[in-house]
Amino acid sequence: MNKEQRHLNVTAIENGTVIDHIPANNVFKVLRILNLENNKNQVLFGDNLDSQKYGKKGLVKVSNTFFEGNEINKIALVAPTATFIEIKNFEVVTKKQVEVPDQIKSIVKCFNPNCITNVENVPSRFTVVDKEQMKLLCHYCEKITGKNNIVFR
Amino acid sequence: MKDKNLVSITDFNKEQYLKILEIAADFEKNPNQKLLNDHVVASLFFEPSTRTRLSFETAANRLGARVIGFSDSGSTSVKKGESLKDTIIMVSGYADIIVMRHPREGAARWASEVSSVPVINAGDGANQHPTQCLLDMYSIMQTQGTLDNLNIAFVGDLKYGRTVHSLVQAMCNFNATFHFVSPEELKLPSASKMHIKNNKLSYYQYTELSDVIPIVDIIYMTRIQKERFSDPLDYEKVKNSYVLDRAMLQNCKANMKILHPLPRVNEISEDVDETPQAFYFKQAENGVYVRQALLAAIAGVK
Ligand SMILES: [Zn+2]
Repeated sequence: MNKEQRHLNVTAIENGTVIDHIPANNVFKVLRILNLENNKNQVLFGDNLDSQKYGKKGLVKVSNTFFEGNEINKIALVAPTATFIEIKNFEVVTKKQVEVPDQIKSIVKCFNPNCITNVENVPSRFTVVDKEQMKLLCHYCEKITGKNNIVFR
Repeated sequence: MKDKNLVSITDFNKEQYLKILEIAADFEKNPNQKLLNDHVVASLFFEPSTRTRLSFETAANRLGARVIGFSDSGSTSVKKGESLKDTIIMVSGYADIIVMRHPREGAARWASEVSSVPVINAGDGANQHPTQCLLDMYSIMQTQGTLDNLNIAFVGDLKYGRTVHSLVQAMCNFNATFHFVSPEELKLPSASKMHIKNNKLSYYQYTELSDVIPIVDIIYMTRIQKERFSDPLDYEKVKNSYVLDRAMLQNCKANMKILHPLPRVNEISEDVDETPQAFYFKQAENGVYVRQALLAAIAGVK
């Protein structure tokens, strides 16, 4: 048994969700987007863990909390590779893969400084026009925010 | 089209464009029709634009509507820090239709979502100005007798010119062939080109204005602004290359007309004004009929 496995066993949860295969260094963004900063249950997370698939990865475990499809897809922008593993009575019940949604609301800032969403208190809203390149078309100013300009609000 | 917002030119479809143009033609024949006697139109100009405001207010007046509003946000509660949302909710309690111009992109879309009455976008920053696009289409229709299968040249600042982007989008519905003439620095953005490609239409790019004059039905001129160049020397190099004068029109097609969203600076020399090709002043006048048509259609009386 290597170190990581031992660590995972120690923190195994009875009921809840494990979010695996988060790209390294994006764990904190995932915690924020899923509002786990304010979750009252036990939340455990790790970053830069060894991963066979990706080299390094992040991981989150949260007790007594389960996520709906649209919540899961919220993290697609920062963790498109992530898997949500639901655990009940220490057993894996389901595994759900993150999918890039068609619409993204509130969590991303429009990169256009003259956009009304950056000037007034307006929730941002985008259509994902290119899911591979992550091109987001702003519903308000009609400008495209690209992958490299994505900033979370 | 009753109660519909017009924020972006893509909010309307081909059928709706044609309907508006048809109603506009009727208003051109008979401009004073008091169809909106019992209507209040709010004209909210959060930044000044005298030309557009006068055109809209003339249209509303010719329809018999009462107009409320402001021509510059400097003298209003907006200056005291009131949010756009609050201003729009308040005004939509007073008026039946809101016409608004705002310096921020997306402002009109947001207003249309918080307003209880229809919103017409009279320009939101560098984004959209759909009534300009409709009056451009009306002018093309009027001069060519059709919108279909035309060769259209766009000249000047094709990168930042919002009227160019909207008109390209709209004319993609009518099997147009596009000819783009601009300096290297001000070429049409890729999003607009993608729109043309998605509609399986053709476009050609040029740096010489004289190349397109003999082959097109419409020349749409725009102003090249000095502020758009990072190097002032680049501006000096091109500033006189996109100026249309009378001598250049010798070999143009007989039906060819010149459009310009105005105001012009020097890109169309004054000796063109007297030629049969000049159509830009009539184009501005057409704006009133098109805005009458739009107000009447949205109010549900046409
Ligand atoms: Zn925007």
